[in-house]
Amino acid sequence: MAISPSIVGTSTPPVTMTVERGRLQLFAKAIGQSDPLYVDVAAARAAGHPDLPVPPTFLFGLELERPNPFAWIEELGVDMPSVLHGSQSFDYTTMAYAGDVLTAVSTITDVYDKKGGALEFLDRVTHITRDGDPIATLTQTTVVRNS
Amino acid sequence: MTTTLKVGDALPDLKIGRITRTTLALFAGGSGDHNEIHLDSDVARGAGMEDVFAQGMLGMAHLSRLLTDHFPQSSLRSFSTRFAAITPVSAEPTCFGEVVAVDHHPDGDLLTLDLRVELPDGTVTLAGKATLQIGSAS
Repeated sequence: MAISPSIVGTSTPPVTMTVERGRLQLFAKAIGQSDPLYVDVAAARAAGHPDLPVPPTFLFGLELERPNPFAWIEELGVDMPSVLHGSQSFDYTTMAYAGDVLTAVSTITDVYDKKGGALEFLDRVTHITRDGDPIATLTQTTVVRNS
Repeated sequence: MTTTLKVGDALPDLKIGRITRTTLALFAGGSGDHNEIHLDSDVARGAGMEDVFAQGMLGMAHLSRLLTDHFPQSSLRSFSTRFAAITPVSAEPTCFGEVVAVDHHPDGDLLTLDLRVELPDGTVTLAGKATLQIGSAS
């Protein structure tokens, strides 16, 4: 199937998340992060942070905090199991912390294919803000394997 | 503030240990990525995979540990990776980082690192880059 290039420029509605300490601690556990800075509020404060820092890649999950985070792909007629993450980048403006209310807005920026349509690519950019001020910009390539 | 690191310097390797099914489940909960292909063997096999495999972002989070083990997170300006190969369940990845550029600036040195995650058989699962501003105030 071919994804219509007409979706380029479409954005998902903003999603907002209050970053919880418990989620950051679970994230740290899952990635084997034992640095107390990321799990112990007292250690974070002693190091000059207002609360637990949001680690560099946690911001990716913000966009997934909607009832069906994969709806934007499924609405294109794509089966989730045929989807792979191709690449991911982050450009950071400033750090975020537990307790922050962060908002993400994603826009599809490009659609293209390779190998005669066997692989289709979707590029998206996600802007993450706190009170309207930029925190980070994420760029993601999603790969759809057509059999 | 300046860095003493120079081009060609490597960060100490970061060995991750075995990626278990529990690791994948915990990361799904922690990251918010509940994509079943990483959690449910039936779904993975239905998609033509041998078994569940690690979320790409788990590997990227491991690389971020390599960075924050050596630099304050506030110095991180950009961080990108390409997901080159899947990380099968039970794999034991290692993270590597090497300095490829040092640019001296009045407001802090800009450091560029090449990053990769490798499996014991030499398969590169993630390849990427990070830039850090050492001595920056923000």
